[in-house]
Amino acid sequence: MSNLSRMASGTRFGIRCRVQPSSVKALEGKRCREILQIKWCLQTNTMNQWKNFSKGLLKENAVFALFLGLCPTLGVTTSAINGLGMGLATTFVLVMSNLVVSLVKNFIPDKVRIPSFIVIIATFVTIVEMVMKAYVPVLFDALGLFIPLIVVNCIVLGRAEAFASKNGVWSSIVDGAGMGLGFGLALTVLGSVREILGSGSIFGFKFIAGDGMLVFVLAPGAFIALGYLIVLANMLKEKTS
Amino acid sequence: MAKKKSTFLNMVLTLLVITLVASALLGSIYSVTSEPIRMAELAQKNEAIQTVVPPFDNVPSEEVSKLALDGDTLYFYTARIGDSIIGTAVETFTNEGFSGEIKLMVGFRPDGTIIDIAVLSHAETPGLGDKMEKSKSAFSVQFQDKNPESFRLAVKKDRGDVDAITASTISSRAYCDAVQRAYDGYMKVKKEK
Amino acid sequence: MDKLVVSPSPHIHSEASVPRLMYGVIISLLPALAVSIFYFGIGMIIITSVSIISCILFEYLIQKFILKVRPTHLDGSAFITGLLLAFCLPANTPIWMVMIGALAAIGIGKMTFGGLGNNIFNPALVGRVFLFVSFPVAMTSWPEPGQWMKYADAVTGATPLAIMKEGVASRTVSEIMPEIPGYLQLFLGNMKGSSGEIAAFALLIGMLYMLYRKIITWHIPVSIIGTVFLFTGILWLINPDKFADPLFHILSGGLMLGAIYMATDYVTSPMTVRGMWIYGVGIGVITVLIRIFGAYPEGVQFAILILNAFVPLINKYVKPKRFGKEVKNG
Repeated sequence: MSNLSRMASGTRFGIRCRVQPSSVKALEGKRCREILQIKWCLQTNTMNQWKNFSKGLLKENAVFALFLGLCPTLGVTTSAINGLGMGLATTFVLVMSNLVVSLVKNFIPDKVRIPSFIVIIATFVTIVEMVMKAYVPVLFDALGLFIPLIVVNCIVLGRAEAFASKNGVWSSIVDGAGMGLGFGLALTVLGSVREILGSGSIFGFKFIAGDGMLVFVLAPGAFIALGYLIVLANMLKEKTS
Repeated sequence: MAKKKSTFLNMVLTLLVITLVASALLGSIYSVTSEPIRMAELAQKNEAIQTVVPPFDNVPSEEVSKLALDGDTLYFYTARIGDSIIGTAVETFTNEGFSGEIKLMVGFRPDGTIIDIAVLSHAETPGLGDKMEKSKSAFSVQFQDKNPESFRLAVKKDRGDVDAITASTISSRAYCDAVQRAYDGYMKVKKEK
Repeated sequence: MDKLVVSPSPHIHSEASVPRLMYGVIISLLPALAVSIFYFGIGMIIITSVSIISCILFEYLIQKFILKVRPTHLDGSAFITGLLLAFCLPANTPIWMVMIGALAAIGIGKMTFGGLGNNIFNPALVGRVFLFVSFPVAMTSWPEPGQWMKYADAVTGATPLAIMKEGVASRTVSEIMPEIPGYLQLFLGNMKGSSGEIAAFALLIGMLYMLYRKIITWHIPVSIIGTVFLFTGILWLINPDKFADPLFHILSGGLMLGAIYMATDYVTSPMTVRGMWIYGVGIGVITVLIRIFGAYPEGVQFAILILNAFVPLINKYVKPKRFGKEVKNG
């Protein structure tokens, strides 16, 4: 086998290429077509990873489609920056826990996998908490209670159990990033809507003097805004599919 | 690679290794961040003290005295220039708020006159009770340069001298309660000295 | 829910139709409207017309362009929602705020659930509570009655209930009473409050008309007002210094308006008499709990919305008796 065909049949980015060595062999000597073949192979690889990544943004969005992690979603999104901060913190925890879980999945006996996952997740959450307290105390004050709650955010344990414990390292990282960013996107959008309507500002930049519709800063407004955002997300999903 | 079997030994070993690694990791991160965390908290406190007393040249957060009162504690931070006391910041509290505890920092001149007040933490309703924050309304300004000996710390509805926040009498009452507590505590400590 | 459920015969035929019933309700609201215009003048006319027009307009726009169904904006239900929404706002509410309230009432309260007949909560109350939580300062500055030509610049103050609530923390009821209009004034509506809720006598006339026309039955209003009377009466007997007397409680605030017009909304109230009693007593108890022990001076709007949510449950467990009975081992 030539170098190229070995590349084509080897493991790339955690997903085995679909090209069988035999079919590559048949193409040997026809360099041009071989390169095309490999190009196609790499393309499907990145395409699969893109799909793996982008499913978290809309189709399997944690908030808008799976309705997971709604407690922090409703609780922290009084402003866009809070939503973004919470989203990024969760993304970090998701990526790191997915990475570690997929690395150690074969060393963990089935019966203790949930406690192990929880310890791994809790470790990263505590790291986030300490780092935030030390370097961005303002954001920590705003997110307060909800940072420790990332531990019990269903979406983190859910991805560890449903994805990372069954897939390769690279796929798990991509999955964690996609799911986390999708979660962050949902929180930022919800936070923006609530901040615009409730305080007349966006990311702290005030464009309407005085108070807005205070209901959107309070808990009932969170439910109302989330409900209509889910409607919009469903409409968008129907249109794209 | 085959998955590990769920034997007793395997499970104990796995959990042991995972928790050991996790605690080692957390320990090292803690040792790195503990100093910045302490600094950040101290900076926050000093910032609040700075807003309620005149400029000073000592570190008030290191000159603390405490007074247990009403089931909680008042903290007194003394601000000096050289040896003379120019003001005292009192960290005070109330549980009468519309949604629970309110913490204030009240600055007093040595004669008991209020210099200024800053809100440390509260959970009052946005748009109503949160107008007690200086950035949101001029409510707290009316306390400046008033001596509680002659200025009655109660809203006008309760025959006091304080103009309540519109539609937030409960929050205004709580605010007055916290300031009164700070004043009482401050006078008590001064007498004992 | 794709099955059409038809209850067993006999079916009663009548002239009743949605518009006919709705316009009956509107006629019964006219005395209260007249009294409100008498006390609040131009402000009342402005908020009432803005509220009714925006409710009908939003219903039309949402049905035509978002839901894409045949608009039913002229069946009278949007008109009533608009009228009732105006009735529970202060007469000096800014126009744009009234429009937001109308959008919340029709958009969130009614159309989101599928329009008339499918809404869980009384739309006018949804609009009112939405505004009340959103703009607490504007919604608690009540204009003084008798300023006919003033709208935005009217002199404002607190309602009798708010005065009572603020007062009892530090004073006794008998010390507060002089600041509150007398019972006759409360009955005639000469007090600060939401534009349409003030005049107890006009609302009672409206109720008698609706009872005469058989638009509503007496059970819900009587059970609510009776419960409030009993509950506050017991508290008053225990400590008349701390709790106001029951007559004050039923004459002030939005209790009459809520009990007669909001709680009796067909769509959001129970179907059986026993259900109505449960519903009415529940509203009465929660109203008193909020008024006396809660954070807000008035609680009837929240009480009705809370019990609205229980109506499907009440309907499920309190079923009408069937004719005939299955005999076991028959």
